[in-house]
Amino acid sequence: MGAGKGKATEGRKDGMGTQDAPPHLPAALPSFRRIIGKALRKIDATAKVTGVTKFADDLFLPRMLFCKLLRSPHPHARILSVDGSKALALEGVKAVLTGKDLPIPFGILPVSQDEHALALDKARFVGDPVAAVAAVNEEIATEALDLITVRYEPLAAISSAAEAIARPEPRIHDYGDHGNLHKLISLEFGDVAAGFAEADLVREDVFFFEGSTHLPMEQHAALADWSPDGKVTLWSSTQTPHYVHRALAKVLELPPAKIRVIATPNGGGFGGKSDPFSHEIVVAKLAMLTGRPVKITLTREEVFYCHRGRHPTLLWVKTGVKQDGTITGMHFKSLLDGGGYGSYGVASTYYTGALQTVTYPVPRYKFQGARAFTNKPPCGPKRGHGTPQPRYALEVHLDKIAEQLGLDPAELRLQHLVPPNSLTANYLRIGSMGLGACIRKVVGGSGWKQRFRKLPFGQGVGLACSSYISGAGLPIYWNNMPHSGVQLKCDRGGGVTVFCGSTEIGQGSDSILAYIVAEVLGLDPFEISVVTADTDLTPVDLGSYSSRVTLMTGNAAIQAAERAKEILAAHAARKLEIPATRIVFADGRVFDAGDPGRGMTFAQAVEIAEAAQGTIGTVGSYTPPRSAGRYRGAGVGPSPAYSYSAAVAEVDVDPDTGIVTVPRIWIAHDIGRSINAAAVMGQVEGSVYMGLGEALMEEMAYRGNRNVVHKIPSLLEYKSPTTLEMCDVVTYLVEDPDPNGPFGAKEVGQGPLLPVPPAIANAVYDAVGVRVDEVPITPEKVLKALKKKAKGEEGRVGPTRFPDIAWPEPIRVAPPWEGGDGGAVPVAAAAPERQH
Amino acid sequence: MPDAKVTIAFELNGELTEVAFAPHKTLLEVLREDCGLTGTKHGCELGECGTCAVLLDERPVLSCLALGLACAGRRVKTVEGMATAGRLHPLQEAFAELGAAQCGYCTPAFLLTAEALLAGNPTPTRGEIKQALAGNLCRCTGYIKIYEAVELAAARMRGEDAKPAPETLYGSR
Repeated sequence: MGAGKGKATEGRKDGMGTQDAPPHLPAALPSFRRIIGKALRKIDATAKVTGVTKFADDLFLPRMLFCKLLRSPHPHARILSVDGSKALALEGVKAVLTGKDLPIPFGILPVSQDEHALALDKARFVGDPVAAVAAVNEEIATEALDLITVRYEPLAAISSAAEAIARPEPRIHDYGDHGNLHKLISLEFGDVAAGFAEADLVREDVFFFEGSTHLPMEQHAALADWSPDGKVTLWSSTQTPHYVHRALAKVLELPPAKIRVIATPNGGGFGGKSDPFSHEIVVAKLAMLTGRPVKITLTREEVFYCHRGRHPTLLWVKTGVKQDGTITGMHFKSLLDGGGYGSYGVASTYYTGALQTVTYPVPRYKFQGARAFTNKPPCGPKRGHGTPQPRYALEVHLDKIAEQLGLDPAELRLQHLVPPNSLTANYLRIGSMGLGACIRKVVGGSGWKQRFRKLPFGQGVGLACSSYISGAGLPIYWNNMPHSGVQLKCDRGGGVTVFCGSTEIGQGSDSILAYIVAEVLGLDPFEISVVTADTDLTPVDLGSYSSRVTLMTGNAAIQAAERAKEILAAHAARKLEIPATRIVFADGRVFDAGDPGRGMTFAQAVEIAEAAQGTIGTVGSYTPPRSAGRYRGAGVGPSPAYSYSAAVAEVDVDPDTGIVTVPRIWIAHDIGRSINAAAVMGQVEGSVYMGLGEALMEEMAYRGNRNVVHKIPSLLEYKSPTTLEMCDVVTYLVEDPDPNGPFGAKEVGQGPLLPVPPAIANAVYDAVGVRVDEVPITPEKVLKALKKKAKGEEGRVGPTRFPDIAWPEPIRVAPPWEGGDGGAVPVAAAAPERQH
Repeated sequence: MPDAKVTIAFELNGELTEVAFAPHKTLLEVLREDCGLTGTKHGCELGECGTCAVLLDERPVLSCLALGLACAGRRVKTVEGMATAGRLHPLQEAFAELGAAQCGYCTPAFLLTAEALLAGNPTPTRGEIKQALAGNLCRCTGYIKIYEAVELAAARMRGEDAKPAPETLYGSR
């Protein structure tokens, strides 16, 4: 996982030597910065291109058993009995587990501890794990599954959020806010009705964003080993080893110190490996029972059942605007189809309402969100977590508003940008804000002014913007501890090792640690060893989710490295007989700024320090700033920094087939500051790709009337973009450093996905004059809209209404500009509920 | 009882290799489980994703659909055979340099498929590269850095002193 010494040498030669200063950035970089901003290769690049990287399924231990899970064929059923005796009698089978063997519930959020490793009393979707087998090989384990007898009592299944509202019984879970509604949220920041009253135009729209899945190329895999001293080790393709550690301790009833979780490099995550999973707990238990290592690798079909992907979401938005586009008030409603379990769903629901306010000023804002339980694989966090759906709705809605007002949609946005260093109506603290620069980049690059509404029929351009968090301001479980910790060991030979709990999922988190420590200590990043994602060896980092890793581990790494620097500088200064303030760390040397020839190698500096005070090690940690909001629900949305993106999509729409092709997307992303520009480019391009797939083809689709079976649990049928569908991408990196980011860096892993679906939707309208107000924008929908238009009807396909939901009385919060203090207005003082 | 093992001899990464395995096993399983070469990955087990591609007699095949038995006497090349004498293949070098490998899971198959392309066509256009790689899925990169890496490697393999374009690494101005 870390960069070995051999690789390090090779990396230095090739990685540091081939690319010199960034061609158009060096003026902005102080001369002592040698690494930050440069397009270096990643420290694990050589391992990745030689096939040396060990993913979870690449691990084999002697005497290893193989695990298979028996999954429910029913979408909703009571489990009357499970009999594994025949399976256990099969030659080669070493253990069989059922729900009763692991009765303690778990779940990623403290408020949704609603999963069992194996279904205990009920199965809640087709594919819900019910029993498990460990056998000497996969073939026997698979055969044994057929010998397990499960008696089910089928229950009425709920296949959609609308059905969940209509049918509160039978309840899928015996907890939740109402019937089959898991969560109901109602928040109001200022008097939205008064905002609408001030408007020149009030517009309402309804949209639907279909669910999609992460589809990492690596299927989830986990390997557990049990040692007779009572210790369990789990290797797993997880983005969140810390949370898996906690879930294992809870369900296995073991002290955390007896459990070691090692996250293997993930072969893609995108949020799909962020929950503690059934299969991880099961193999740990099987290893304990059999005393042998037990491995499971999910089939691709099973990965579709694990899911935790994008919630299918119905969105309703009503906005009041002045003639010039100034927003006077906004009311937003979302209805999420959550699937069979809680997962991150409560947070996802809040996120569908949290970030509308961080791009354009919204002086009064109301949000109502609902999440339904349905008998489908659970939804959770997929790249953008709960924000691509509302962002799509908002950006298409604004496109329609701009047209109605006769304004250019780019100008409308440019004229109404949230100011930097401000507080939003829902108390999100904005720091640096580069959206204006982003819009100007894509407008200029795409020739927007010459092309928008001016292209021939069938061709179009569309624009959209977005913002995303650089890490969540609050942890998933309530605590006052840091979100990220780093330890640094300085070896007397000059080597430096960085230990951090962060998890490499391909985004480059291991490399970020090396770059940052190398920058501070004046070293070659390819000579830094990095040890990550091992609960025995590394300090806690909460995991690779919410675009938190670079900002949080980066800040922790800076602190640890600065502390090491201080120690080393003090001893070097004594040796050189100069004040410590004159000591400089650069090029692997520690020297006198006033006389660079006077100094020593870094290794000598470590040696002197170690001789003087013993082993040299430091720690660093990072805790996000306190959030400004104090109302219930204020925990979702705050972030140390917000990234911004703007995109222009170019489309060709064939009016005969309805096929939409996207030749090119121009995207600008406000990264704050690139730590590694090439890695940032990769994240932007990958985000555009994933947004393109969601916009045009990806869908988790079920046969609602046929047992709620997933239509397409395979890579052939689940359409994702290949090289033939992927568009060209013109990327602009906008650098508006944020004081909370390490060297000013903000996130890039998720934000650039967000503007892509709405930009494409707006471009389709520009091309053929019809609105497809739901994604994916399939040829069928385009043709249907064109036909409707040809018949003189509204040229639109999409949902027409938002269902009635018995919303709770809103929590009312006065915005900052109305004298609010971030807390809820006491109920007695609040005005009665108005109908909007 | 498990099937009795069969033994085949084939050329694996340039070396004559004998391996014994259960006769129903796919080439993918033989490589990973019986030869210990885990650089070859799997993404679907059904021939849908291209992640398991290896070269069989210099042509890319999906190792999850090829029987191990069918490879007797033939030449198989996996990612482990790409670097020679500790030196990366120019494709590996370019993939590492540009960040064409993010999570790295689909990378071995992309590298081998690209190697087969360049063997037959040293000067592929962007369209030909897309066509050649259309059977390989990557969820991280959006393929852009992969195209650019193949083009960079192709240029270097033609003997040109090629460098990545600034906009590849730092974006457009």
